[in-house]
Amino acid sequence: MDLRHGAFSYLPDLTDDEIAAQVRYALSKGWPVSIEYTDDPHPRNIYWELWGLPMFDLDEPDAVLAEIRACRSTFPRHYVRVLAYDARLGRQTTALHFLVQRPKDEPGFALTRIEGSDRRQRYGIRSYATASAPADRYQQQ
Amino acid sequence: MTDVATKDRWDPGVQSYAGMGYYNPDYEPKDTDVLAVFRVTPQEGVDPIEAAAAVAGESSTATWTVVWTDRLTAHSHYQAKCYRVDDVPGRPGEYFAYVAYDIDLFEEASIANLTSSIIGNVFGFKPLTALRLEDMRIPVAYVKTFQGPPHGIVMEREHLNKYGRPLLGATVKPKLGLSARNYGRVIYEACRGGLDFTKDDENINSQPFMRWRDRFLFGMEGVNKAMAETGEIKGHYFNVTAATLEEMYERAEFAKELGSIVVMIDLTVGYTAMQSMSHWARRNGVLLHLHRAGHGTYTRQKTHGVSFRVLAKWCRLIGVDHMHAGTVIGKLEGDPATTRGFYDTLRDDHIPKSAGNGIFFDQDWASLPGVMPVASGGIHAGQMHQLLDLFGDDVVLQFGGGTIGHPLGISAGAEANRVALEAVVKARNEGRDLLSEGPDILRKTAEHCRPLEAALETWGDVTFDYTSTDAPDVVPTATA
Repeated sequence: MDLRHGAFSYLPDLTDDEIAAQVRYALSKGWPVSIEYTDDPHPRNIYWELWGLPMFDLDEPDAVLAEIRACRSTFPRHYVRVLAYDARLGRQTTALHFLVQRPKDEPGFALTRIEGSDRRQRYGIRSYATASAPADRYQQQ
Repeated sequence: MTDVATKDRWDPGVQSYAGMGYYNPDYEPKDTDVLAVFRVTPQEGVDPIEAAAAVAGESSTATWTVVWTDRLTAHSHYQAKCYRVDDVPGRPGEYFAYVAYDIDLFEEASIANLTSSIIGNVFGFKPLTALRLEDMRIPVAYVKTFQGPPHGIVMEREHLNKYGRPLLGATVKPKLGLSARNYGRVIYEACRGGLDFTKDDENINSQPFMRWRDRFLFGMEGVNKAMAETGEIKGHYFNVTAATLEEMYERAEFAKELGSIVVMIDLTVGYTAMQSMSHWARRNGVLLHLHRAGHGTYTRQKTHGVSFRVLAKWCRLIGVDHMHAGTVIGKLEGDPATTRGFYDTLRDDHIPKSAGNGIFFDQDWASLPGVMPVASGGIHAGQMHQLLDLFGDDVVLQFGGGTIGHPLGISAGAEANRVALEAVVKARNEGRDLLSEGPDILRKTAEHCRPLEAALETWGDVTFDYTSTDAPDVVPTATA
């Protein structure tokens, strides 16, 4: 499956030039940009791992691109995303995020069910990848 | 306070409303006053000042004759004051009457009470042929008595984990008649194809062809399957509108127990029921979607009723997370400037006076959460660039027919909308001009997306180009 996550997950994977353009947009809005990675793409997994701190006060996207490349080479089989943050009063939240790397093989999610009374079911979503220990996830290169 | 009442103010019998102090051009509104502006159309021969004073009187303390019991009160404090009357530009016989109400006239945090005063009796008043409540300024002191939206735009995005683009939805069609099993199929296909939400229509409650409990069970099956297939959060607005509030609570509780992130109510349930459901939604962590069913009966006509911008303010105070606010380009009423005023009113924290957008007063919301506006009704993927240009990111774009009527199926329809949306957001961020380049961006994107290509072939030329009935009446000025 293709994980649908972030603002552009129905488009072809962004090239580095396209990523730079989106980062430039974020910087033009005054949004600091950060990078996060994970091997657990569950939709409720809010806290992906931080790749360093948010980068404040940048004018050009080059430094962000360099960090994206460093993160990819350290974690070649993880999901990597870029986030832009809007700290203005009344927002104080993410303004934009999008994937910049996905594993070659994405096994997807199982829908689990627990039968209840009155035809009710308790649903759960489990990532197939997280059934393995972290070191063994997304082995197919 | 200036006492403008005439000397014989307390003589028994009928007095002019202006003479009783309901018109006071020297009155300076206080920061804590509730302000209202009415469009007054007096009967022929009725003095506009007296008509405006009568509106202030009948919406506050007055009755048709002098009563001595007024003198047992601090009556000049409690009476509303019309402090300004303007001609409506280009509309002979119509007047904008500005009225100030002391905050003491209203029970804290009660839209039912506020509206019983402001639009209670006065709209049937005989000396007027028509009356319209155009706008209100809700003072911060009164705003702060309300809970407001249970979650608001920011919390909704953080709960959905979706940022940087409008959200997408679709209303299940046909709106009446589907069985619960077939209905759940539509939810599943639309959500798995790429929509964030699907929605019950306003008149889907619990009819013989589909009882609510069955709809909720099959619907949640569709929502959860789509979440597992895509890895993103999905929701279906289950309409819990019912005959009694107790029944609404029961349906909402059931939706919550099944794991639904959102429930829906119709405007027809009334302000008190809406506010009760708002508190329920905050308590239970469930988003609350409002369909403005019925509003067109009193918001649309320019001379009589209540402007939608006022209704939007009331609903933000009552507290809903989503509210339908027009599309401009779709099948339903919507002048562009007026609609911009509605969106600002729902989303922003401070809305400056803007005659061109129909906003008569500065309005401060004092950090009351914003309401996510919903654009729904006759829109399709070929208009995506216009919709993004009009509304920006914080909006739910709902394509009912434009998803379900797709020639390749519901899932393809959803995919077409999602791909079109992401393509125009990406292009906007890259600095491209959406209005001039939008059609080209969509065509290029469609070369790699068959569902979008089919959508553009089917609906590319469909427009609803009619004159709006509700455009602002302002004198055009050279300087903006």
